[in-house]
Amino acid sequence: MSNTKHPATSETTKANPAWVKWLDRRTGIRSLLHEALDEPIPGGARWAYVFGSGLLYLFLSQIVTGIFLTLYYVPSSDHAHTTVAYISKVVSSGLFVRSVHAYGASAIIILLILHISQTLLYGSYKGRRDLLWLSGCVLLALMLGMAFTGYLLPWDEKSYFASAIGTNLIGEVPLIGPPMQELLRGGMQMGTLTVSRFFVLHVFILPGLLFAFIATHIFLFRKKGAAGPIQEDPYTPKLPTQGFYPRQVAMDMVASLFIVLALALVAHFLPIDLGPRANPADTSYIPRPEWYYVPMFQWLKIVSGRWSLIGGIFLPAFLALLFAAIPFLDRGRERRPWRRPVVVASFVIFIGSYVALGVASHRDDASDPSVASQLALQNQAEINYMHQPFQAQATSGTTSAALATSNPLVTKGATIYEAQSCSACHGENGTGTAAAPALVGIDRKYSADQLAHLLHHFSPKMVQGGMPAVDLDPADTDALVAYLRSLK
Amino acid sequence: MSTSSQLPEQQSAPIHERRSFLGALFAIVGGVVSATLAVPLIRFATYPLRATAGGTSWSDVGKMDEFTSLTAPVARTIQVERVDGWRSSFAQNAVYIVPLGAGKLKVLSSVCPHLGCTVRWVDKQGQFVCPCHGGIFTESGALVHGPPLRAMDSLQTKVENGMLKVRFEYFREQVSDKEPMA
Repeated sequence: MSNTKHPATSETTKANPAWVKWLDRRTGIRSLLHEALDEPIPGGARWAYVFGSGLLYLFLSQIVTGIFLTLYYVPSSDHAHTTVAYISKVVSSGLFVRSVHAYGASAIIILLILHISQTLLYGSYKGRRDLLWLSGCVLLALMLGMAFTGYLLPWDEKSYFASAIGTNLIGEVPLIGPPMQELLRGGMQMGTLTVSRFFVLHVFILPGLLFAFIATHIFLFRKKGAAGPIQEDPYTPKLPTQGFYPRQVAMDMVASLFIVLALALVAHFLPIDLGPRANPADTSYIPRPEWYYVPMFQWLKIVSGRWSLIGGIFLPAFLALLFAAIPFLDRGRERRPWRRPVVVASFVIFIGSYVALGVASHRDDASDPSVASQLALQNQAEINYMHQPFQAQATSGTTSAALATSNPLVTKGATIYEAQSCSACHGENGTGTAAAPALVGIDRKYSADQLAHLLHHFSPKMVQGGMPAVDLDPADTDALVAYLRSLK
Repeated sequence: MSTSSQLPEQQSAPIHERRSFLGALFAIVGGVVSATLAVPLIRFATYPLRATAGGTSWSDVGKMDEFTSLTAPVARTIQVERVDGWRSSFAQNAVYIVPLGAGKLKVLSSVCPHLGCTVRWVDKQGQFVCPCHGGIFTESGALVHGPPLRAMDSLQTKVENGMLKVRFEYFREQVSDKEPMA
């Protein structure tokens, strides 16, 4: 790997300050750094190779923004939408951070397409790098899973209905489908357990697997080496090499600078919308998936009915397996794309069809006036919702249910209960404290008259407990008794 | 060292100069990339530090007409909206409306400045009495005697469309000066 001593090593050693030398003695940081930066690239640095590190950069950005979002997010169907609205409308830079995270998912999909296209066109999956390709296929599946599970979490109309359809599709798979669907949803219907499950997948399980497979992917990349240009041999590399540092590092950095600036500009000027809270009873809502799933959605519309099982489940599964098996089917030493017409043409046809399906879906929506107007309505509802000020979610707090009934006598009694400091010992709403017993349910023990009598003629236990004298006129006593008997 | 299987790393300029230029370039690009995310993320995480300044909201006490002919303090339960991040809850607190003569009023918190018990108005005595430790206050809330270190706490009020409103706050207990608790 690091075949020779780097020409600049001795040069930089002299320039290193004392603390770097100290750190190096303790950690061996310099050799680690050289190990990381001196990766030999056959044929030298190229712009075509920047997508992999771009993806790594985006993944880190997703991890960091994701962790910050969980500072405010609550995964439950009661609170998910409110907390995302709070993030979007109230928290400083909240809309920006959420937009970077949401658009980051789209950016990852775009970079994945570029990364895979480059690998396929360059024939980089060949020879010694077949396992590297397979680990990449797992990463692709995991990333699509991240996009799918993350999409539901805001719990707005769009995300709810898209996920309802997505999980319905899983239910279409023969035999294992229905139990899988129920497991994923945490029940027959979408609900708060679905949010919890998607959250756990999105935040713990899938990222854990991603870390493991990214490590595997990078390990295999370093173990088997960079593929180099299309003239390079896929089994035993022969071309002269160039270190990863500095030229490829510079290119990768320029690429990630471009990515972060593009992402930041879009997030700032076209921030992502949050729609109204999901209303499962809304029958007029027309769900549409996120752009990268639109072609799949259109395809399912086409093959619906008699062909849905074959077209909707078996064909995609077959294509996915075929895709993963490419290095084992296309085994020759030839890497030049024009000499590998089957693989390259199949890939181009696939991408072309995928784009065509997406275009067809948009055309279908636009050409049907009722659909088009409903979609416009939904879009407008999102924009309107974003313009409304944030409304904190009202919780019952300490207002007792009895007060809500607005019986004036009970309300008056509650005031007396507070004013007489009954709550100091008997607790708010008569729930009791260490100093005095609870009064909840006292109506089952005493009638109104008994209670009124007791308030002015203490039992020995009350005297012993140190209850202060109650000094109230009959009207106030009645009110207090009414309040006490209302405590449930 | 430089075998035939290696492409040239440098064409011109002394190695040292080129390295430090590259180092500076990487530092700048890296700085821009990290700052673009780091600055919003720090603002995002520290939002609650700046948000608390908003404080509590105004609560309705009652119509001014009800209080104009008062001769003695009267208790009212108010609903205090407490905003806790993305949720809001209503808590009940008791306040006293105290007539100051000539139609003027002030509103006192019923929370004892000693240890936070609810102070009672005792009509017969014409005094406020705290049932827990026996603090006694005059009709206008001034300290008479007992363990509290200061008078009862008056609250900020305003009148809007004939409605008396009060801004309920908690104050630090067991200190001689009225200090609002954040």
